[in-house]
Amino acid sequence: MTEKSFLTTKLDEALGWARKFSIFQYPFVTACCGMEYMATACSHYDVDRFGAGFPRFSPRQADVLFVVGTISHKMAPVLKRIHDQMAEPKWVIAFGVCTCTGGFYDNYATVKGIDTILPVDVYIPGCPPRPEMVLDGLMKLQDKIATEHRTGERPAPEPRPDILEV
Amino acid sequence: MDTTSTPDHEHAFETRDMLLNIGPAHPAMHGIIRIIAELDGELIESADVEIGYLHRAFEKMSENVDYNGVIPYTDRLNYVSPLINNMGYCMAVEKLLGITVPERCHYVRVILSEISRITDHLTCIGAVSMELGAFTVFLYMIKAREFLWDLVEKVTGARLTVTYCRVGGVKADLPDDFRAPCEKAFEETRKVIKEADALLTRNRIFVDRMCGTGVITKEEAIAYGITGPFLRSTGSEYDVRKDCPYAVYDQIDFDVPVGSKGDNMDRYLVRLEEMEQSMRIVEIALSQMPDGPVLVNPETGRPIPASEMVDLGKLGEISTISGGCAVTAPSLEGSGRGAHPFIATDEKRAFLPPKEDTYGSIEGLMRQFKLVMHGHGVRPPVGEVYFPVEGANGELGFYVVSDGSGRAYRVRVRPPCFAIMSVLSKLLVGGSLADMTPTFGSVNMIGGELDR
Amino acid sequence: MTTSSLIESVTTEFPEAVTATHSFRGDDTLVLQHQSVLDVARFLRDDAALQMDFLMDLTAVDYSTFGKGAAPAFFASSGVNVRSSSQIPDEDPWPGPPDEARFAVVYHFYSSTHRHRLRLVAPVDESVDDLDSLTSLWPGADWLEREVWDMFGIRFRGHPNLKRILMYAEFEGHPLRKDYPVNKRQPLIGPSN
Repeated sequence: MTEKSFLTTKLDEALGWARKFSIFQYPFVTACCGMEYMATACSHYDVDRFGAGFPRFSPRQADVLFVVGTISHKMAPVLKRIHDQMAEPKWVIAFGVCTCTGGFYDNYATVKGIDTILPVDVYIPGCPPRPEMVLDGLMKLQDKIATEHRTGERPAPEPRPDILEV
Repeated sequence: MDTTSTPDHEHAFETRDMLLNIGPAHPAMHGIIRIIAELDGELIESADVEIGYLHRAFEKMSENVDYNGVIPYTDRLNYVSPLINNMGYCMAVEKLLGITVPERCHYVRVILSEISRITDHLTCIGAVSMELGAFTVFLYMIKAREFLWDLVEKVTGARLTVTYCRVGGVKADLPDDFRAPCEKAFEETRKVIKEADALLTRNRIFVDRMCGTGVITKEEAIAYGITGPFLRSTGSEYDVRKDCPYAVYDQIDFDVPVGSKGDNMDRYLVRLEEMEQSMRIVEIALSQMPDGPVLVNPETGRPIPASEMVDLGKLGEISTISGGCAVTAPSLEGSGRGAHPFIATDEKRAFLPPKEDTYGSIEGLMRQFKLVMHGHGVRPPVGEVYFPVEGANGELGFYVVSDGSGRAYRVRVRPPCFAIMSVLSKLLVGGSLADMTPTFGSVNMIGGELDR
Repeated sequence: MTTSSLIESVTTEFPEAVTATHSFRGDDTLVLQHQSVLDVARFLRDDAALQMDFLMDLTAVDYSTFGKGAAPAFFASSGVNVRSSSQIPDEDPWPGPPDEARFAVVYHFYSSTHRHRLRLVAPVDESVDDLDSLTSLWPGADWLEREVWDMFGIRFRGHPNLKRILMYAEFEGHPLRKDYPVNKRQPLIGPSN
């Protein structure tokens, strides 16, 4: 890897700083977590303070996919397609425990965590997570975006460990 | 296409129907409904509504957990008013068991389910108005909902998925100082409703889009099994709280608002008035609720944290903790008091012991064990019951079949918005595409309840 | 109309069709031969004394494992006496599952005029092909019957559009049947678990 010059590194950092405060999010809202998503987005918790106040309902214009609520097997192809339609660079937040692992809906209808079909950057567990927790997750994503520019590398999402058959 | 047989100028007027797919990932479809509409210009010629994108197998899961274990799943049926679902399920199981709960418990349940109803209607009206462009109203409504959720949190410890009711009671009594924050929250809510009313009810854009769209007659609505505000907007007065009163609704004086035209505007107005009535119910219930529990005598019932009590017990310092009363963390005010006789049934085979008993006495621990461990549990007699309550969208019925074991043999929910969604395609046909948004919004489709 | 007279009026009208009745916990219930469901439902809706205008709910129960539940855990027989549910007092016990048939289709009716409710239970088998659809009487039965088909695989004769409603077309089997394992997934994309 070639040594980067001082100027480009600084420029990249500035870009990362700007980018982390201009998140255009796509809320893929399906279930109960949507209520807490609404609460986070509205006046009391005001996600706009973090530069992520502007939901785009077109995947082509969004750069963070918020997967909010249980994903069923019927829904999974739709979610995958939305994710494929988003332009790089893109990030995914798994909002709520159903999207992280399937939660307590361990049954024939639901996907056991969206990371079986998409790469996920930040997991926000909770059923549903409180708005404070969502904001915390959002800040973690911002750090990740900034780091990406500082180091020039996008850390690959961790591979999901194989689930043991019991 | 064969262009030789017809002259070119006729092609200029040839129109073809367009097939438009809306959803499931469409904001106006609330994320989980797909409508395949056939359009002639702007008019909808046919609409095929597809549901099931949020099917989470509630009914199958209920067969695989014990009776109390179903309660968290009921929270997530109609997740905008979880307390009503809790209440409906618990009352169905109580009916199956043949037990009754104390009057104060009924009042607590009624108060909380009416608060839930307000949050549900606030969300519904907020969402409709947002989809019609009135974003301010949405922000106001969510603000009011936040005040009510604070109230719910004070009582139940959670904002949304509360799991507050138990078979045979509720988790904790109302906190001592419930009245003051309740009044405050209602004051804020009334302010918001007034503002929303001023912004919407005579707003030209809103009225034009709501009036005369999505019209349904009373007979049609009944034939489709529609209940709740949607039915009442057509002029029918059916309300489970009035017609088949449960809990203490027959002792509370309230009005059931009824519309006349059965269009979107009437549904909006009915919901607006129902919120006021719900607040009235809560106020009346608070004033005529039987007296609260007596506080534990500080000399005999000194509350100490449960963990501390266990530690002292391990050291053998029984004398320090005997007669003491454990408090558990996170402690809800109310659960630390000897209040359960007032809010729960005395049937020990059905009601989970209060946490301070579980941690504080061997009898309590044994009771907990007997009700929670695999192979034990609440065991209703074999049988089947159906119990309806008035959900925010209409009649919410629970049909429970028991085979006498610790798990329900079958739990069926009668989801109120399932019936309303089945009529949706009929309401859309003939209208313009733009009418789809207010009509769909006024259905108040809640995915968890529709697809279960 | 009092509860027992509700059952009585149907029983006198359809003496052959009604195989059993009960009022467990005050819920009036008629067990019917499944061939007569449509006729009885029409009578319930049109009779002046009954006027059951709402078809509140339509569902089914798979009775194939009823009473054959898993044996209690080992500590249940460790000398600790687990009280049986029969000790909860019950003057009017439930008579038991309706029939030898595997499924029971359950209808709940309500009359908004007389404010009474009635439950119809029609035992059917998997291969049933002469259970009539109620869509001709209540259009609301359309989706409810589709759901029963989707979840249990019970066919309704004369239904205009009997296809899956909650699950997707590629799904095999009927998930609410007792022999369908709760976590047997059939994903469209992604790994199965």
